[in-house]
Amino acid sequence: MILDAKIPQGPLAEKWSKHKFNLKLVNPANKRKYNIIVVGTGLAGASAAASLAELGYNVTAFCFQDSARRAHSIAAQGGINAAKNYRNDGDSVYRLFYDTIKGGDYRAREGNVYRLAEVSVNIIDQCVAQGVPFAREYGGLLDNRSFGGAQVSRTFYARGQTGQQLLLGAFSALNRQIHEGKVKLYTRTEMLDVVVVDGQAKGIVTRNLKTGEIETHAGHAVLLCTGGYSNVFYLSTNAAGSNVTAAWRAHKRGALFANPCYTQIHPTCIPVTGTHQSKLTLMSESLRNDGRVWAPKTVEIAKKVRSGELKIENVKEEDRDYFLERKYPSFGNLVPRDVASRNAKEMVDEGRGVGGSGIAVFLDFRDAIERLGEDAVKAKYGNLFDMYYQITDENPYKQPMRIYPAVHYTMGGLWVDYNLSTNVPGLYALGEANFSDHGANRLGASALMQGLADGYFVIPYTLGDYLATIGPKPVDTNHPAFAQTKKEVEQHVAKLLALKGTKTTTEYHRELGHIMWEYCGMARTEEGLKKARVMIQELKEDFWKNAIVVGKNDEINNALEKAGRVADFIELGALMVEDALMRRESCGGHFRLESQTEEGEALRNDDEFAFVAAWEFKGENQPEELHKEELVYENVKLTQRSYK
Amino acid sequence: MSNANGTMNLTLKVWRQPNAQTPGKFETYKAENISPDMSFLEMLDVVNESIIHAKQDPIHFDHDCREGICGMCSLYINGRPHGPKRAITTCQLHMRSFSDGETITIEPWRAKAFPVIKDLATDRSAFDRIQQAGGYVSVNTGGVPDANEIPIPKVIADEAFNSATCIQCGACVAACKNASAMLFTSAKITQLALLPQGQPERYRRVQSMVAQMDAEGFGNCTNTGACEAECPKEITLTNIARMNFDFFSAKLFREEEVHAENHGG
Repeated sequence: MILDAKIPQGPLAEKWSKHKFNLKLVNPANKRKYNIIVVGTGLAGASAAASLAELGYNVTAFCFQDSARRAHSIAAQGGINAAKNYRNDGDSVYRLFYDTIKGGDYRAREGNVYRLAEVSVNIIDQCVAQGVPFAREYGGLLDNRSFGGAQVSRTFYARGQTGQQLLLGAFSALNRQIHEGKVKLYTRTEMLDVVVVDGQAKGIVTRNLKTGEIETHAGHAVLLCTGGYSNVFYLSTNAAGSNVTAAWRAHKRGALFANPCYTQIHPTCIPVTGTHQSKLTLMSESLRNDGRVWAPKTVEIAKKVRSGELKIENVKEEDRDYFLERKYPSFGNLVPRDVASRNAKEMVDEGRGVGGSGIAVFLDFRDAIERLGEDAVKAKYGNLFDMYYQITDENPYKQPMRIYPAVHYTMGGLWVDYNLSTNVPGLYALGEANFSDHGANRLGASALMQGLADGYFVIPYTLGDYLATIGPKPVDTNHPAFAQTKKEVEQHVAKLLALKGTKTTTEYHRELGHIMWEYCGMARTEEGLKKARVMIQELKEDFWKNAIVVGKNDEINNALEKAGRVADFIELGALMVEDALMRRESCGGHFRLESQTEEGEALRNDDEFAFVAAWEFKGENQPEELHKEELVYENVKLTQRSYK
Repeated sequence: MSNANGTMNLTLKVWRQPNAQTPGKFETYKAENISPDMSFLEMLDVVNESIIHAKQDPIHFDHDCREGICGMCSLYINGRPHGPKRAITTCQLHMRSFSDGETITIEPWRAKAFPVIKDLATDRSAFDRIQQAGGYVSVNTGGVPDANEIPIPKVIADEAFNSATCIQCGACVAACKNASAMLFTSAKITQLALLPQGQPERYRRVQSMVAQMDAEGFGNCTNTGACEAECPKEITLTNIARMNFDFFSAKLFREEEVHAENHGG
């Protein structure tokens, strides 16, 4: 298989405009003859569904939650990047492009990233026009703040809930199209398979989560906007329901899965307290604008802090190691996420961690409160401080937050070309569900940017080209492929319901999470990954023998939903381990202990690994086949990333 | 407050109801060795795990983000939406807010417009339909002005933001003796009514959204203020006053008149 990314020829800055001109158009009167299926209603899905409906296409949209507004984009806190240069601080489309490529440790496509930076400015305009209440200054214009991996202030924000406000904007556009009758939305409905007819995606199979009914839906194209797969680690900052099932079933129908091992571990999360824990809570990266990260200077002092013998406020200034500021004077506390996370882990591994478990470092606002006053700090971060207090029962105005890295985002996902098309014609992947723009590490405030770029400003152009090519011939669910796929889904459900063993699927999920975090988490080794490979295989076999799934299909059945998702996570986990094993280099969030610089930074091997790893499913229990898409850099020079 | 082992033992009285058609009833469960650091939903997870081990039907409840922003969790705990503490959702409630040995009563939202789907989960799609009726600014993707061409005074932007923090959970309806949806609807209306982007459709919007709210079977507002007291996002009654003002303006005058009046100050 030859992977053609379809990056347009020509100078970087002209690629997208030239490409848009070259794409075929669908005549306005013909648009209504097409039906588009959109799965997921987060930033990517809601913006795509609304924008396509505005153009005149008929859209059928799906979400598993009870309302489209609850998709997990809602929980994004910090902000959204855009190269507006409103601060006059030297920002530009090229600088955002460059920061993103470098932040991704040179494992993303130049063409895609440049386009992302280019349309970033339109996103802010669009959101403001919808009534999104971004933070403003007294002069009435928009405010900005800084995020990691950048030396300019280009992040637009809405207190600590930028995700909710952006999603409500896209949701309102979606609601308008539902009102117009151009979008039909199915809530509490989960996609369980893609229907492929003569090599093209023509529909999906869903399960109604209220009645259990398994249904088929036909469309001229299927857009997967189904988010990432951080919950493969069991504990992550994702919502309880976030899952990989839609993308994974598409993968098993032929769509390649790219760079599955690229996962982002976010440095500032509230540490784990016990085995009962069901999720981890993020403390926004924006806190690193004013919070200072530190650990006790020596193991002895750390021990005293942990035991309570030495109160935190009594730790002398010279006994506090502000390790990010010390090691990275240029970027300080605002180094990219992968770098900040690894350094926190290093502190804990050395025995300098804090908190009861010793698995945490401090994020301290003492100096910011002294400099700006408590009220100013409250105005900026109040809701985050409240959230921290609710969870930990500790007051961050009085004592530093305890933080530790947690899984937050997955850069890997379905392989797509420049048009966001997977290798299966008619099947598209948008937002976190695809792999395309963040390389091996995503910069803060770039996920919201990418989700909305894909939905508002990329797919409305690129999808038309495909639709014009296939023509508006009606599609329906009468083709035997629909009945066949539905039957296979029903068999899968029946197989899950037949599991009457002794261990709950949550217990399997937790075990999988342990394996992934231990061996495929922040630091990976060949030995550990090989161990994980065996453990996951054993876990999978055990799951299909000893899991317990209660209830029936034709009712609300959380146990059944969970079982299907965990079964898919186990298979994905196995592929992540293979991908991590294959990539014998470190890059961004993928850190192989065997490959580091003398200073302990990620050491890439560009000669051998400057490619996208796209995996092809070859059948149940068969090894997947690796396809490589070489990454070509015409504009940036590949260097060892430095934030010193 | 925990016991000497640092854990808690609790008795739960949980509303169980297979679907909207079948009458429901309370069932009693034991929640044992509960850590005070658990969230309320994690405590229910623990109970459900033991129910599944006993091959019984687990307690069904809605939840997703578990950090207080998606608005999916919706439990009526000891007679209060989202439990005893102010300004948080059920998923942000921790067991340290309860005492060892306590009996906790857990019910779904109770409102005609929110029929029970199963156990503690209700159908809140009425809220979506109210927004579909007009809760938007009619702009298409593309072709909009530069973001900074619409200056908005910070105080107005902040006030609109306060309304925009509503998470659509439905606690206001559950708290209200009339099951009124005025706080929710007015928050959605007020966000756009305060902003310049919302002006062109301001009076149409308020009429169509209120009409839909009434059609869904929510009760009327009698100014008790329970909604405001229980709202996890502290949405204020001022929103309702603003909505009423716009609604009456739209009723009393023709659309062009009310716009002229508004622009004339």
